[in-house]
Amino acid sequence: MVNAQLPITTTPKYNFPLLQETLHSLELPKHFTKLSLLSLKPTQQKQRLSTKDTATQLPTHLRLQQSISSTELFPLTPNPTDTTIVAIDVSSIRLGETETGFLLGVRGAIVWKESKQYRYLRLGPFPFHITQRTEDEIRRLYRQDHPISRLQVRSIPQVYIIQSRLTTLLERWMQSFIIRTTRNSIILWDGSLAVDTTETPARTIKELLTAAHNNGNIILAFSKMTRLSLHGRRLTDLIFKHPPPCLLRIKEHINHFGQIRLMGNVYVAKFTKGKLAFRMDADKRRSSIEVVEAVQNLLGNDSILQSYPETLRLAHIFSTFTATEVLALQRCITQKSGLRVITTLNLRRLLFGRFGKTQKGC
Amino acid sequence: MRLYKKEGATVQIISFPNEQVRKGDYLAIEDSKHGDNLIVQVIDMEYANIPGILEELLRNYDGDSSIAGEDVDPFDVAAHIRYIQDARLLICKIRASTHNGKLIPAGSHLPARSYARIRSVSVNELLTRPDGAEGYEIRLGETAEKTHLDVDVRALDGALNIITGKKGTGKSHIAKLLVLSLISHGAPVVIFDLNGEYVGLGQDTEGKPNEFSSKIHVLTPRQNFKVTLEQVKIHVLLNILVNALHLPGASAREFRRIWHFLEQSGTLTMGELGEAIKNWRCNQHVRDALFSRYYTLLNSRLFTDNPALATSLENALDRARSGGAIVLNLRNESTTNRHIVVEYVLGKLVELLTTRRLRAIFLFAEEAHLYLRETYWDDIVTRMRHFGVFTTFITNQPDTIRENIYRQVDNLFVLNFTNEHDIDPISRAARVDAHTVKSIVRDLLPHHCLVLGKVVNDFPMIVKIKSLDVQAMGQTRLFFPVRICALTP
Repeated sequence: MVNAQLPITTTPKYNFPLLQETLHSLELPKHFTKLSLLSLKPTQQKQRLSTKDTATQLPTHLRLQQSISSTELFPLTPNPTDTTIVAIDVSSIRLGETETGFLLGVRGAIVWKESKQYRYLRLGPFPFHITQRTEDEIRRLYRQDHPISRLQVRSIPQVYIIQSRLTTLLERWMQSFIIRTTRNSIILWDGSLAVDTTETPARTIKELLTAAHNNGNIILAFSKMTRLSLHGRRLTDLIFKHPPPCLLRIKEHINHFGQIRLMGNVYVAKFTKGKLAFRMDADKRRSSIEVVEAVQNLLGNDSILQSYPETLRLAHIFSTFTATEVLALQRCITQKSGLRVITTLNLRRLLFGRFGKTQKGC
Repeated sequence: MRLYKKEGATVQIISFPNEQVRKGDYLAIEDSKHGDNLIVQVIDMEYANIPGILEELLRNYDGDSSIAGEDVDPFDVAAHIRYIQDARLLICKIRASTHNGKLIPAGSHLPARSYARIRSVSVNELLTRPDGAEGYEIRLGETAEKTHLDVDVRALDGALNIITGKKGTGKSHIAKLLVLSLISHGAPVVIFDLNGEYVGLGQDTEGKPNEFSSKIHVLTPRQNFKVTLEQVKIHVLLNILVNALHLPGASAREFRRIWHFLEQSGTLTMGELGEAIKNWRCNQHVRDALFSRYYTLLNSRLFTDNPALATSLENALDRARSGGAIVLNLRNESTTNRHIVVEYVLGKLVELLTTRRLRAIFLFAEEAHLYLRETYWDDIVTRMRHFGVFTTFITNQPDTIRENIYRQVDNLFVLNFTNEHDIDPISRAARVDAHTVKSIVRDLLPHHCLVLGKVVNDFPMIVKIKSLDVQAMGQTRLFFPVRICALTP
């Protein structure tokens, strides 16, 4: 596997790969770039790009809806023992429509904190023109014996869900990359350890968790929103009365719900005063004591604002697309592939005026 | 560049980082399908209102170095982001339009936003000379595009001009340039030199006589500028007494009688005037009033009874008739003396012009509010203009010039002003919109001037005034040997 070839500095305090070396080893971005170029290729013929209400960023985590019972509370004491915190987040955005498909931008960000300083590595943005034809190209590429194909789903994504699939593809690769190249670190994911088997096979997540465990890393996945409930109460409301910082273990839950599988233990984390609490998933193989120790290390090494780790917040900020970047990507695509960006009529606005809200109902 | 918006006479253009545009530049918006072009001038520049710019700046701020990192950006999207971030919005004013290559002062045409092409327009394209203009050019300096700005000296003929700017920006320099240009084209010039700044016009920077030395005649009151009562006509002296020395009407009537008596007896001298007032049969209060004015005139030492010591302004003007300047050095004169000199000179000029002894005169008046009586302002811009007195006011206090004068001004040379209250009066000038003046003037560099009016065919131009090989004079006397300049661009 390509990740195994990465040179790693194995100092006891800092084991994150050196940035320069890391950059030389980015096989996936190369593959992503190739994929992106292939997707843009058919647009050499002049096509029109619609910019109407297409800029919707996709959340990268999934939601569950099931009942759970029984909890265990762990009060927390921050532990300042030097520990590297790494966070990963990926964003994608629809840039506009064309006559034959739509345009996407995908970008990932890794942020890590060591020696009281934050650093980041951003991958992308990668522009994609998703059409039936490029989907076939993507399908063909996935069938090739490429290392990343191991992370990919068994089923080939359809056009309408390809945004989610491309995002997950990059996210899983970045997670894999970090897990295999760091040691004794706390790795923060955006979302949960629940997997949609149609998108990522459970085997892939299991492999990632095993690799993390073998390298002494612990994965903590934070969900900004959850639909999990206990006795009809929202999971994050259960910790409301407890003084922060504390962790609430949800002891009983089911492992499987339809096509969604929970690959970790579910916790509710409340790190600071206020109403905000988050669902946090951790590897099932890690005992509650190990998880609590890891979270205490996180509290002692990272800034926590409104119960959310700063490293993960920064990863989200660095991956998210701004309106300027959307314009820049549109311009980049126009220059590289000859697309002409136009704004099409917003029929809802045209028909209903100020009452013509977008389909999202915002 | 892309055409973005038009509101009234204002056009907004999006300009990208690789396009070099400055304030004051002219652009042509070309509509090739209709053959119509709009000529617009950039009067202000803003950042283009790009969505998401705040997020972009906040995210990438690394001022405190608390976060560092690297981007793997295979498509170099960052370059496109920078390109968009640095896009500027050019605020332009429509100055003219062209139809099939012919320049039209108004611009009512609305070019197509989708395909209109925008290009820079050089000064030479705008300041096209009429036939026969050769030999009448004067070089003001150079524009931002390093093109010489040559204007037609005839645009100053019959014109009312104002040169204004804050202290130290180069007002007198422009005035001197205009004076020397007029002289070199054979025009007579009279200068009311308040600070003795023009007395060195006939010398180069090293103090040696220059090409204009024989054409510059400096008249310093009480030294080489004295007059006899015979030279001063009764109406001129009455103007001095009434306007400069505030003599009441009744006393003025008595004075007129005394004057005629002395004239008839052939004894029109200062000595005889004093005796006549002393012995004149009149009310004591009138006598006292006349005496006080008489002694003011006497103490001014501007009057002499010796014809050999008297200066003939007529002769001096005769010498300047084919190109020359009479510099009236008012530097060390009291306010009263300044008023007396100005009243005398203006009265004499009107007399010479009405009798056709003089064709026309270009008058340069520095800080005129310090010596020009109230009624003269309107007189100069209306009545005296018809006699052939073409005035240029020079001031660093634009609010001292009345609004009606700004409205009638033909040419305006504006240097830097920072204070909005100073810019307000100038913006009322009829030759240009207030927005242009306010926006451009506050950003002018020293010795850079916004030229408005006939002299530039009503195309406002920013010009760096050319240097002159004349004695600067009039510079502020400093206490410390080396002056520390706080901000010199």
